[in-house]
This record gives sequence, structure tokens and C-alpha cells, in this order.
Amino acid sequence: MESTTLKEKILRIIDSNAKLTASELAIMLGSTEEEVSQAIAEMEADHTICGYLTLINWDKLGEEDVTALIEVKVTPQRGQGFDTIAERIYKFDEVEAVYLMSGGFDLTVVIKGKSMRDVAGFVSAKLAPMEAILSTATHFVLKKYKEHGIPMESEETDERMLISP
Amino acid sequence: MRNPINSVIGDIKPSGIRKFFDIVREMKDAISLGVGEPDFDTPWHIREEGIYALEKGRGHYTSNAGLEELRKEISNYVYRKYKLSYEWNKEILVTIGGSEAIDVAMRVMLDPGDEVIIPQPSYVSYEPCAIMAGGVPVVIELKAENEFRLTADELREAITDKTKILVLPFPNNPTGSIMERKDLEAIAKVAVEKDIFILSDEIYSELTYGCKHVSIAELPGMRERTVVINGFSKAFAMTGWRLGYACGPQNIISQMTKMHQFAIMCAPTVSQYAAIEALKNADADVEKMREAYDTRRRYLLHEFNRIGLPCFEAKGAFYVFPCVKSLGMTSDEFATTLLNEEKVAVVPGTAFGNCGEGFLRISYAYSIEKLKIAMARIEKFVDRHRK
Repeated sequence: MESTTLKEKILRIIDSNAKLTASELAIMLGSTEEEVSQAIAEMEADHTICGYLTLINWDKLGEEDVTALIEVKVTPQRGQGFDTIAERIYKFDEVEAVYLMSGGFDLTVVIKGKSMRDVAGFVSAKLAPMEAILSTATHFVLKKYKEHGIPMESEETDERMLISP
Repeated sequence: MRNPINSVIGDIKPSGIRKFFDIVREMKDAISLGVGEPDFDTPWHIREEGIYALEKGRGHYTSNAGLEELRKEISNYVYRKYKLSYEWNKEILVTIGGSEAIDVAMRVMLDPGDEVIIPQPSYVSYEPCAIMAGGVPVVIELKAENEFRLTADELREAITDKTKILVLPFPNNPTGSIMERKDLEAIAKVAVEKDIFILSDEIYSELTYGCKHVSIAELPGMRERTVVINGFSKAFAMTGWRLGYACGPQNIISQMTKMHQFAIMCAPTVSQYAAIEALKNADADVEKMREAYDTRRRYLLHEFNRIGLPCFEAKGAFYVFPCVKSLGMTSDEFATTLLNEEKVAVVPGTAFGNCGEGFLRISYAYSIEKLKIAMARIEKFVDRHRK
């Protein structure tokens, strides 16, 4: 098996299930544990795999976390484009994600906070005053239906008959 | 009062799988590895097309043979996938699942007393369909040492002056066995020499692992003596939509269309519209499902061999067929005891023919998490019963 395709195959599986061990992956892909472990180690080293997360529905704990999506317009810096300002923004712990956008604004900044006041405070105290930032528009998330390809609420039941020919 | 039941029908035994179904149904917390259909739901864009058809009020009859656009797409599809060329308006019939196509093909091809060769273990309906069509089933018991493939010698031995049809059920339910090109070439040679027809049930054709499916109709001299049966159930996870098709020479398909016209009228219209979308735009979905099945297949093969229930490398469908003879139990005993003690439902190989004795059909149309739980229970069971 080509090692590049092995890597792709591993990624496609662990993209939705990071709990499988290297030996299980090796069996499932017809490879060896050593090959799989090495492929994973390489991908961790070169940041193809950037980390392992758990997809949590915090609503179940009654936590009142809020998520906001902020449209940001910025002035690109000479010689650095948007990268420097993006970095200055993403280094804040409150920031979940930063994307450079095409269209009517430049950056999407995803913020997680304990309350709307929390998020508003961050935007007015930290984000908006940055020199390169021209304007912000804050949108609060009311309900998450689906994250990382997984519906948050769906209760999957097997509708099939237990035995069929 | 006279007996209202036709004596031929009355004598047909109900499917062996039925008995097991009734036991399992009583057990609420059983894990089942006994399902013969995909665990995936129909890809959303296909369902959405069905919804759109409903919204548009497309609840009318279609032409008997099926929507023109669907038959054209089927024609494109079988050419693209299997190098088979069939004219959409003469050589393709859209049916209610592959099942109807099997039934109708036998009805239009068999005269009373004609023999139908049926390799077993195989799907449960070939034998009854042959009998209902007035034919006489002749069973070939496939052998584990051949990985349950059909050999030319076995076929030659089963052929008599009365043989009319060979049913070719590959990729196979329940064994997961496939026939590769060289295997088919040997069969084709005998078929031409002995002048018999082939009913090739290729419903699992999209689910082969490591090698591409080959249709026997593609081989020289076979197109005119083969009816290819396929459908949407397995490839596109559309079992409940009840849609299949038959491709074959015009003289057979036109008679099948006549039968279908009188018995059925036409296949469900909404399903037909959804199926067009499936053929046009679902290659990526099929590939994704095949990849998932393949990883589960490897996992099960590894596990069964590890716990000492040997299992040949099944390369098709979504079944593996482990051998339980080393435990000194029959298939039926194993399946019943396993269900009672560990609450795992599997189907005894004997449900698919007597020669399935000593084997189990294990379906991997389940998530890897479910398979892991089931395999842990099976391992416990095997360890306990191995003397």
C-alpha cells in the first residue's frame, strides 16, 4: 500500500472517530501497526493532524456558554497582508476560530464566552480597538444543529428488522 | 370445503430465516448481526429528489418498463461500470427490486419440468421462484475449499438435457464470495457448449473489495443468453424504495415486460425519480460506503480467525461466513445458543441451503463500534464452549 494513500485512509477514518487504536486501524486498513503508528506520528509532526478533540454538546450540562460569529473588516498591513492581524486575534484564548473570507468583510472570528456580556466585553475592549480593525459586526449563535458533520441532537435508531435475508 | 390453496404453493417451505426472526423479535436487548441490508440511510440528495417528486405530484403511473430517463440512465450506468451495452427502450425493464426480476425472468423462461441450476448457499428466493414458475430446482452445493465459488466441473456435472437456466448469484449472499473473470470464463464456456441461459443476480455488484466486479454478460457469446439483474437496494442503500432492473436480450425482456405489465403495472414512480438522481450523482456516496464496509470486513475477518472460527477472505457483499465446526455444534445450535447466552443474533448458514451447515452468515452492515461489542460477546461464547 502506498504510504500517501495509507495516510489518507487513516485520516478519513479518524476524522470521525479518533478513539480507534493504531492496531485497530491497521486491521481495518490491511496494514501493520508499525506502519500506521509511523504514519500517524509523521502527520502529527508535520501538523497534518493538529490535535484530537471531543465533540461535546455543552447544552446537555446546562452550561450557558455563548458562541458568537464576528464579521471583521481590517486594513491589510503592508508586506504581511492579513496574517499579522489574524495572528494577533487568534492568540486570544476566547477565540475559537479565525477565517479569512472573500466577499463583504475580511475575517470571521468565532468567539466563545460565558455570557453575551462576556463576548460583548471582549469585542469592545480587545477586538474593536485594534488599530487595523475598521469595523465589527457580532452575530450570536442561538442553537447549534450540526458540528463537524455530526448532528447535535439526533437520536439514531436502527429502523431495520433484526433479521432479514 | 375444498382446500383453497394451490398444492405447489402449499408445499413450498417458508424461508428458514423466518423461524429465527421470530425468536429474535422476542429479545429486546439483542445485538443483531443478521441484517441483509445496508446500515446507511439513503444518501440525502437521493431522498431529497424523492421528496421533490412528491411535491411535484409525481404520483402517477409510468410506462410499464419504467421512466424513459431512468432506463437511459441505467443503460449509461451499466456501460460505464461493467461495459454492458443495452438499448434503453428494448433491453431494460425497471422492476420492484431485484426480487421481482428474478421471479419474472423465471416465469417467462421456464417450461414445466425445465431444470434450474441453483448454486447454494445463496439467497432464499431462487428455489421457490423456480418452483412457482413450474421449473425444477437442481442445487449445486458449493464448497468451502473453493471459497464458495462455482467451478466449471461442478456445473458440468449438474447439467442434464432438461437444464434451461443457471442462476449465478455473485457477489454472494450469504458467503460474501465473488467470481472473478477467470472463474466466469470457465462457466461461460460450459454455458455456450451446453446451450443454457444465465440469470445473473448482480445486486451486490458495487460491493467488491480489492477487485472490480465483472458481469458474465460482458464475456463473448454471453450477452444473448444472460439476463442481468441488479438494483438500487445495496449500492445506494435504497432497500425500502423497492427498485431494481433487468437487462437482457430483447426477446426475453419484452416477455418480462409483458408479465410485469399484467402483474405489477409499473415500479413506484417516486422511487424511479429518486433512482435517476442515484445513478447520476451518487458515485462518491457509493465509494464512501464501500470504504466503510471494507474496513469492517477486514476487522471481522481478523477477529474471527483470531478467535479460532476460520473464515475465508470474502471479497464481496457485506457478509463474512465463518466456520463453527470446530466447536462441535450445528449452525442452528450455535446461533440459538449464542442468542440465548450472549444475546447476539446471527443467521445459521443452513438458512441459505443445506450445505451452509457448519457456517454462520455474519453481516457487517453495522458500525465498527457495534461490531466490536458483538465480537467481544462471540469471543466469550467461543472460549466457554471450546472444550
